[in-house]
Amino acid sequence: MRKAGVTFKDNPLLERELPVWRPRLLLLALLAGSAVLAGRAFYLQAVNDGFLQQKGESRYARTIEVPATRGRITDRHGEMLAVSTPVKSVWAIPADARLQPADARKLAGLLEMDVRELNERLANGRDFVYLKRQVAPEVAEQVAELKLPGVHQQQEYRRFYPGGEVNAHMIGFTSVEDRGQEGIELAYEKQLAGVPGARRVIKDRRGSIVEDVESIRPPRDGADLSLSIDGKIQYLAWSALREAVETHNAKAGAAVVLDVRTGEVLALVNAPTYNPNNRSNLTGEQLRNRVFTDTFEPGSIMKPFIAGLALERGKVKPTTKFDTSPGRMTIGRATISDSSRHDVLTVAEIIQKSSNIGTVKMAMMFTPDELHHLFEQLGFGTPLNLGFPGEAGGRLRPARTWKPIEQATMSYGHGISVNLMQMARAYFAIARDGDLLPLSLTKIETPPSAGRRIFSPQVAREMRAMLEGTAATGGTATRAQVPGYRVGGKTGTANKLEGGRYTRKYVASFVGIAPLSNPRLVVAVMVDEPRGRTFYGGTVAAPVFARITEGALRTLGVAPDAPLVPLTVARKPAEEAAEAGAAPARRGM
Amino acid sequence: MIRTVRLDAILVALVVSSAFGVVSAQHQARKLFSELEREQARAHDLEVEWGQLQLEQSTWAAHARVERFARARLDMAVPAPGQVLVMESQP
Repeated sequence: MRKAGVTFKDNPLLERELPVWRPRLLLLALLAGSAVLAGRAFYLQAVNDGFLQQKGESRYARTIEVPATRGRITDRHGEMLAVSTPVKSVWAIPADARLQPADARKLAGLLEMDVRELNERLANGRDFVYLKRQVAPEVAEQVAELKLPGVHQQQEYRRFYPGGEVNAHMIGFTSVEDRGQEGIELAYEKQLAGVPGARRVIKDRRGSIVEDVESIRPPRDGADLSLSIDGKIQYLAWSALREAVETHNAKAGAAVVLDVRTGEVLALVNAPTYNPNNRSNLTGEQLRNRVFTDTFEPGSIMKPFIAGLALERGKVKPTTKFDTSPGRMTIGRATISDSSRHDVLTVAEIIQKSSNIGTVKMAMMFTPDELHHLFEQLGFGTPLNLGFPGEAGGRLRPARTWKPIEQATMSYGHGISVNLMQMARAYFAIARDGDLLPLSLTKIETPPSAGRRIFSPQVAREMRAMLEGTAATGGTATRAQVPGYRVGGKTGTANKLEGGRYTRKYVASFVGIAPLSNPRLVVAVMVDEPRGRTFYGGTVAAPVFARITEGALRTLGVAPDAPLVPLTVARKPAEEAAEAGAAPARRGM
Repeated sequence: MIRTVRLDAILVALVVSSAFGVVSAQHQARKLFSELEREQARAHDLEVEWGQLQLEQSTWAAHARVERFARARLDMAVPAPGQVLVMESQP
């Protein structure tokens, strides 16, 4: 079997004798090497396995955020005031998005953008750019159909306000991130905002989702919010106020309607206003909320409280007489005057004619501390703490710094500043039987039974009778009359303070209660700088009160409590005057 | 010898069947999960549609619009005082 040539066995290389240690060393080295490998493999597979698994998973699995819907805001009857609906935002990774000029033009067209602007955004060196936010779902779909590389979409929500400018100051608005910025949207942010959920998905190389793996946390939608606002009354108040601001060429205005029984805010309006759905060119003037965040010197609408305190302490009766002649009065070096001369007036007439001198004489029967206590009790000087953002508390200086002249002017509403909401609420002390109820911006099922008592029920009744005199013939606010209802209130015409000096600019105001036989509403109106032919509270603000109250009482279904006689000339004379007897007529109590 | 072989066979069969069980359970879970996802997406879509319908409704029923229509097209007006008859229920 032997073949010619060299066989393996007698290969001359094998003939060399190797030292014994060499194969052993080699074997040992190989063994050590494989032991190290095995050890490393064990370490990676068993000890440190989490790290590699995580690394591997991160190549394809992603945790994505699932947006939650923001809660809806409705009025007290369920009418929608703010709703979020989904929109898309289109974003791009500039490095991936190398668009053909034709594609770029198409995309820009769909997004209603300039091609140049689009290219500029894509040329920017960042990893992520928004091309356009809040794109309507239909447009977003068309964009998706272009199948452009590097252009992606993301779900977002956009807030719509069907009421538009009518509710703007009450509701406020949200940012592009759907977070509250103003008004109720900010005040109730916690409740309205949802908690976004998270889910794990598997994505392919292009970033599109191949498979849903698991839901880590489902999104929790925000809770709906039911406001105390009555949509109809709100609209009424807004249209009446807007009309007055236009007619009298005023700078601004505000109005508030409160429910006397529950303390709920039925309407809150401001003029000028803005459209919360389109806030592209907003001015600060439009954004100002004169009900909560701005304060003003109230003027004569303060007077009833001074009379109330005097009645409460038994210092006067409604029939007590004061001599207000000659229409001027000197305190220290300052002079206080009435707009017209009245001679001897009863307390009721002082309120009816709005006499400064009569009010000051009543106020001077008290110490500064007593008056300060009254103002404090009425809620002036401290914010109402309704949670409304930027709420102002007004200015009420400590009693020990008051000079006599300041005590005098404060009694007719100068040298003290309040916001309209505080003033409206203070009238609860008269409208209810002397107590102040806490206010509520949201609908409440069970109203608080009683608030802090300030006047006795007897005094509150006497005050209401006095306020009715203001709206009656001979009073300052005959134009506040509402056909079919007994109403009462107080006018205010305050000089505006500018740079420490009183100017010839005015704030016309009116706060009224209706119906007087069983109060249901407090309506407060304020018109800032009426620059028309007239600027008095009785001629500018009182008609707004009348319009709002008339509509609101009808909306609420409150039965008329006055005989139906034609009260204003402008109205058609009542044809069925005989039927007036059907109404519970109890005029003059 | 035979008994060990039989025991091995049983164990192998058990392991294999358990493995198949895992696979099928996993499959079931995925299927149910995707079904759940589909239904949730549907619920979400319906919710969105509802919101849009509400939005539409409130736009159509806006007070300003209703008032305009009532006054202009239907020629309605607020009743004058005296035209209102108040009925009181007997206690």
